[in-house]
Amino acid sequence: MDVLDPLVLSRIQFAANISFHILFPTITIALGWVLVFFKFRFAATGDAAWMRAYFFWVKVFALSFAMGVVSGITMSFQFGTNWPGFMNTVGNIAGPLLAYEVLTAFFLEAAFVGIMLFGYSRVPGWAHTGATVIVALGTTVSAFWIIALNSWMHTPQGFEMRDGVAHATDWAAIVFNPSMPYRLAHMLLASGLTVAFLLLGLSALRRLWGDRSDEVRRTLVTGAVLGASLIPVQIFMGDMHGLNTLEHQPAKVAAMEGNWETGPNTPLLLFALPDEAARENRLELAIPNLASIILTHHADGVVPGLNDFVAEDGTVLHPPVGKVFWSFRVMVGTGLGMLALSWATVLLLRRRGVDGLPTPVLLAAVPMALSGWVATLAGWYTTEIGRQPWLVQGVLTTEAAVGDVAGGMVAGTLIAYLAVYAALMLAYVGAVLHLARKASAQGGPSAPQGPLPLPAE
Amino acid sequence: MNMFGDPAIWLPLAFAGLMGLSILIYVVLDGFDLGVGLLFPFATEAEKDRMVGSIGPFWDANETWLVLAVGLLLVAFPQAHGAILGTLYLPVAVMLIGLILRGVAFEFRAKAPAPRKVMWNHAFFAGSFLTAFSQGVMLGLYIMGLQITAATLAFSVLTGVFLTVAYSFIAAVWLIGKAEGDLQRKAVGWARGGLWGAGLGMAAVSAASPMVSARIWDKWFNWPEVILLAPLPLGSVALVIGLWRLLGRLPAPQDRWCWLPFTGAVGLFVLAFGGLAYSFYPYVVPERLTVFEAAAAPESLFIILIGALVVLPVIIAYSVLAYTVFRGKATDLRYD
Repeated sequence: MDVLDPLVLSRIQFAANISFHILFPTITIALGWVLVFFKFRFAATGDAAWMRAYFFWVKVFALSFAMGVVSGITMSFQFGTNWPGFMNTVGNIAGPLLAYEVLTAFFLEAAFVGIMLFGYSRVPGWAHTGATVIVALGTTVSAFWIIALNSWMHTPQGFEMRDGVAHATDWAAIVFNPSMPYRLAHMLLASGLTVAFLLLGLSALRRLWGDRSDEVRRTLVTGAVLGASLIPVQIFMGDMHGLNTLEHQPAKVAAMEGNWETGPNTPLLLFALPDEAARENRLELAIPNLASIILTHHADGVVPGLNDFVAEDGTVLHPPVGKVFWSFRVMVGTGLGMLALSWATVLLLRRRGVDGLPTPVLLAAVPMALSGWVATLAGWYTTEIGRQPWLVQGVLTTEAAVGDVAGGMVAGTLIAYLAVYAALMLAYVGAVLHLARKASAQGGPSAPQGPLPLPAE
Repeated sequence: MNMFGDPAIWLPLAFAGLMGLSILIYVVLDGFDLGVGLLFPFATEAEKDRMVGSIGPFWDANETWLVLAVGLLLVAFPQAHGAILGTLYLPVAVMLIGLILRGVAFEFRAKAPAPRKVMWNHAFFAGSFLTAFSQGVMLGLYIMGLQITAATLAFSVLTGVFLTVAYSFIAAVWLIGKAEGDLQRKAVGWARGGLWGAGLGMAAVSAASPMVSARIWDKWFNWPEVILLAPLPLGSVALVIGLWRLLGRLPAPQDRWCWLPFTGAVGLFVLAFGGLAYSFYPYVVPERLTVFEAAAAPESLFIILIGALVVLPVIIAYSVLAYTVFRGKATDLRYD
């Protein structure tokens, strides 16, 4: 394989951009609603700590929102620069969905985010809360359209091919395609969990720094309770999504399970090194029948195998096995870690309160602040790599969609993007930690708590 | 669907119009955002905060018009999207990196530890410059028919410089409206300098485009077009002269006319854009692909058009609301 193969480089470039991008919407979608919750709690209780929580987390929101916006714009251009075949073939479907995202969501959040961030002293309290609700709604509607398009690429329907170009025949069928409800619910829950563990982890860090403010107590409890309540729902939802994938994209499920031969009584592999050349696994550690039970709810249920997805001439029509297999395991493993941490924290909080939380729990919560990011990325790798070699399942291969830009040019821009993203990631984490440190310096045990600023009347 | 005649004719026209409108709104609105970044090196620290305060609540929505414009190109003229962005691969990538730097520098300069603020100020300027310059380069290459030769590259570097100056100019007149005191006086000076560059740039582009394309020459210099179109260049010249004289009298007592230069600058941008749009119509990819040839399927365009017609007035309404909430002279940005 040529090192400067534009296909490989364009794929890496798009993967890098979309991976970097998704980190920030994953935060803003749910954080918008959490901020609404803080404002409502303040309105209901008059407890200034809720408002201080709002003023701290709205800054994190602003940073994340800006990162999401700028990295999202990059992608709308890359469809044209690197993947012209995508729009040429399915532009009639993808176009309207993207257009509706921009029209109904992007403008909405962009216009009101200014009022939400900087308008507190310029508009009445209700209008500021209204702007916060609208921004939260905008991020969620945005997710709706993007997930609709992404799901259509996995489970396309409601169209017909004329002269090699997809034409829409049924918009309801396109938007509400078979995998869309599952994927949307799975992603929105992922966003909720990402924010829950970010709240919990960052609040734990501030406790470790000695911050005993009520604000941090509130956000720590909010994070723990949100995480503990969403994670079981997410595990259930993930299972439903998996069953949906089994029905529509069996090759992906076969790769997730690392299962080569179709058959009953398939074991669940806890560990394996899939070897695509030999078409078998090495170093398997398995629980008998469990994959069959999970996927079909019968010990002798038939699970599809990868060998069914090889053409007569030997062309492989299933996704790369090792990447999908391991991404899936990272996601599930992280989810189980979230379950353990959030439930343990909530149980301890009930018994001992925030002040009684043992230091090891706080120390464990700090790295778990990023667990939502890890699980979300691993989940997206599972589903997106799992769709390969297709870009649009059964309609368009990734290879057929790539543009004829010179490999050297793509390599150059790829390096530039990676450098920018690496620097921004460092700056982002650094800025969030700096904001937290600054807030905690003001919220220490002896720090005076000034009066709250008032909204305009 | 057929009530207005052949949808394969009027739908592409409607979308060309919408796309043109989005680009124009983008160039004006993000033009002054980017220009503020370009003027950063000439401002003091306190002025920088005030300048960012003048655009902070708006820049994100302003940038969204670019997303809409490229989105409309993508969805309405998918083949043109690939052809244009494929040729402009490198300037597009530079612009995107510029937009990334500019957008995040806004946030980081206010939130990063104090010593880093200087670094983010540089990033804000660099991002604005890369974006403005690469957009000018793209404009130049587009005018040159998306052909890449030494001559077209030289011309596009020139348009890159001119667009950068034009953005600084519209930012300066924006600041005349938004700023007070020393900063306002400085802005008047910037505007007087920028006006020269913007006027020269318009003249250069107007002279070059008919030279490159016989078709454009015919569109302008045939009878009676040459008379009917005369208001475009004459109006531009009159506006430049009027702006020059006006800027000489600003700032005026009681801050009178402080928004007049901005209004004039918008007029200038509209005239320049109108001239370009007239020259290139009906082509979306110059001399290669017309809007009718490049258009997506009518049923897809129709469903977007319905959405656009319902939503665009709402977008404009709440954009006006946002500008109203933050009307008046700029203040430093605060979250509380």
